[in-house]
Amino acid sequence: MNMIRSFITAAACVVLLTAGAPVKSGYDVGDKVADFKLKNVDGKMVALSDYKNAKGVIVIFDCNTCPYSKAYNERIMALNKKYAAQGFPVVAIQPNDPTISPGDSFDEMKKLAEKKGYDFPYLFDETQAVSRTFGATNTPHVFLLKKEGADFKVAYIGAIDDNAKDASAVSKKYVEEAIEAITAGSAIGTEKTKAIGCTIKWKNA
Amino acid sequence: MKYLASLILCLWLLPASAQQAKIIKLPQLQEMMAQKADHIKVINFWATWCAPCVKEIPLFEKLGQERSDVKVTLVSMDLDLDPNPEKVYRFIARKKLLSEVVILDEKDPNSYINQIEKSWSGAIPATIIINSRTGKRKFVEKELHEGELEKLISEVE
Repeated sequence: MNMIRSFITAAACVVLLTAGAPVKSGYDVGDKVADFKLKNVDGKMVALSDYKNAKGVIVIFDCNTCPYSKAYNERIMALNKKYAAQGFPVVAIQPNDPTISPGDSFDEMKKLAEKKGYDFPYLFDETQAVSRTFGATNTPHVFLLKKEGADFKVAYIGAIDDNAKDASAVSKKYVEEAIEAITAGSAIGTEKTKAIGCTIKWKNA
Repeated sequence: MKYLASLILCLWLLPASAQQAKIIKLPQLQEMMAQKADHIKVINFWATWCAPCVKEIPLFEKLGQERSDVKVTLVSMDLDLDPNPEKVYRFIARKKLLSEVVILDEKDPNSYINQIEKSWSGAIPATIIINSRTGKRKFVEKELHEGELEKLISEVE
């Protein structure tokens, strides 16, 4: 009974806080990241707090349908291949509302993950609450987290690299450079970047 | 004879009077945005692959036709993803676009996005409305719906 009551109170608070509040811009570099728990394409729940032994997590807001997501698909898989073993696994989160973007439904997510052979979670942010909390704006949108004590803190926000159309012509690998800096214990050169991309398909208010 | 037939077919397939979108660099875009003008500038950033952009384009077309005090410019971001502008040309011809279309050809989005608009994440559609007489400027990063453009324009007057 108590649990139900606290749940209702929490839900009411969320409604009240989000109703009149100005649009929050989300996390900035250095911010502590709240734990989240979302459903993976394999049906199991995945939480950030599951990554107890990781040095960091490469959180990527990504989807099936955006041409930029398609352009970066192989590069995202390569990031996980290279950095999961070094303690920085990829966690992909799909933020789009499938009623607006049917190609991003949970079923379609499952199909894509299977077809591509994703060896990292591809989570569905059905309520879009996690995407709002992070302040994700487009896909793919990276939030590189690093472990500090028991917490995850945002270390880098932005694009994977500086050339969407041609992986072989990339001159700045932002995410890789940031991970290398964390691993080396040095300061991250570029902490925030912008890129052209697909806007997140938010639910109609 | 066969040659002649295919030649005629080819000529017929060429779009008759569709505009040829200019490919521009960032300084040209900045100059266009900064220039003093009597009209209100409505600058929309879009791409042929962007579904919400394509959906809202008729609103910009209608606005440009209805209001002589407004000039619409549709800035295609297609070259960021695909080096071939052909898709944009075909889109203009197919949709018979009347608004001016330019295609931005730039490298290093992390640098040029801020030079266009500091509060822009880079996601499209995005629209800037500039009134150089009042010095007022509005920026929105979302798909616009019926009536919203007019409201934004009234806010810069």
